[in-house]
Amino acid sequence: MNLVTVIVTLVQVILFAALAPLLVGVMRQVRARLEGRAGAGVWQPWRDLRKLLGKEPVRARGSSWMLRAGPLVLVLSSLVLAALLPLVTTVAERLVTGDLFVVVSVLLIGAVALALVGLDAGTAFGGMGSSRHMTVLALVEPTLLLAIYALSIPTGSSDIATIVEARLEDPSIIVSPVGLLAMAALVIAVVAETGRLPVDNPSTHLELTMIHEAMLLESSARDLAWLEFGSWLKLGALLGLVGNLLVPWGVATSTDALPVLVGAAAAGVKVLVLGALLAAGEVLLAKLRLFRVPELLAGSFVLAFLAVAVSAMVS
Amino acid sequence: MTTSKLIRLIARTGRIAEPAPEAAGERHAGARALRGSVHVRYVDVGGATDCAMEIAAAFGPVYDLERYGVRLVASARHADVLLVTGVVTRNMLEPLLLTVEATPRPRLIGAVGDAAIGGGPFVGGYGVAGVVSDFVPVDFEIPGSPPEPAEIVAALRRISGR
Repeated sequence: MNLVTVIVTLVQVILFAALAPLLVGVMRQVRARLEGRAGAGVWQPWRDLRKLLGKEPVRARGSSWMLRAGPLVLVLSSLVLAALLPLVTTVAERLVTGDLFVVVSVLLIGAVALALVGLDAGTAFGGMGSSRHMTVLALVEPTLLLAIYALSIPTGSSDIATIVEARLEDPSIIVSPVGLLAMAALVIAVVAETGRLPVDNPSTHLELTMIHEAMLLESSARDLAWLEFGSWLKLGALLGLVGNLLVPWGVATSTDALPVLVGAAAAGVKVLVLGALLAAGEVLLAKLRLFRVPELLAGSFVLAFLAVAVSAMVS
Repeated sequence: MTTSKLIRLIARTGRIAEPAPEAAGERHAGARALRGSVHVRYVDVGGATDCAMEIAAAFGPVYDLERYGVRLVASARHADVLLVTGVVTRNMLEPLLLTVEATPRPRLIGAVGDAAIGGGPFVGGYGVAGVVSDFVPVDFEIPGSPPEPAEIVAALRRISGR
């Protein structure tokens, strides 16, 4: 832990905070183009955030401090996530290492804050959204843990930065059966965790099909801005993780200026390309019926479990 | 429909959105604080759903209102603009007032269609409480029975300023 690592971590957090609204803008633009629309332009989420931050919140009568604090907790957890994951650099000399258990716990803090915000105003749809969110979460967290655990077996460390470094040194790990199975499970878990199709439809206006949106219905103005920003940042950071695990090239392995700059550029490109691919894939998918979602997530858990089993047999 | 058929359909269809018409004139005075991002909540207080269809068409792929930074949202708490259609019926008066109260400031309220503006043929009906401007301050009006999607697009562009 020295000054240089602090600066590099700050670069990573600021990059991803700036990138998150652009990522969502790119994803919406890709979707709009494929739907035959012109689209609002990639900077629209920035304008939305800027406007929401300037508005006066209206809070329901009887709502508590949770409605105010929850959004900030979500943003903080997403910022911590962006600092912990090896997105720009794999230099692991940090206060807390990006251990897989730490990362999953940080994700959980934000998710619980969001669920409490949904419950706080006491409306039917908010509570329904929170309960669904928790159901999905209970199925996603084990898959995330098991998938990253499977990835950690060839390297012998549960620190995600070390896993990315090992894949950079020996790319044959990426296309090994264990790697492929674990990545498939991880991608499904990330899609469910960030509320994208086919688990949740981020652009729905139908309260009965909502998961993520239903929890935001009672939040307004800057509360809403922080909730949106926190979710976008989480999406960006997790896509960055998937990008670095799939294509580790470009990530900085030292804290010198040039590798860090290259790493930042590579991370930005990877996240935007993955986001565009995800948005294009979403156009071809319909939302799964809520009762089918556990089947999908159980399937991804089985993939992660197989990855662990296969790596036990190989070694 | 199989995925390959869907991909071919997307490739064949291309762009449906019509070219954007010229900018729609002076920006609405109360809209400066929104800075190019307008979230709309649609409230029907007793309309014949004709205006609703035209609003839906304005947000569809042909007129593509979203390209000017205007979006329909699911909650009044997320909205900047309320589009109210129809004459205010007794049963919808309280929901209208609650919706306005739930919308954070700065907010704009628009009366869409002749029934919302002046009542049209419904004035004096036994179920009718009055027109929108009798109960809430109306910031802009979109006349027509129903107004064309292009007129709704033009009015909302004056608010988003794009």
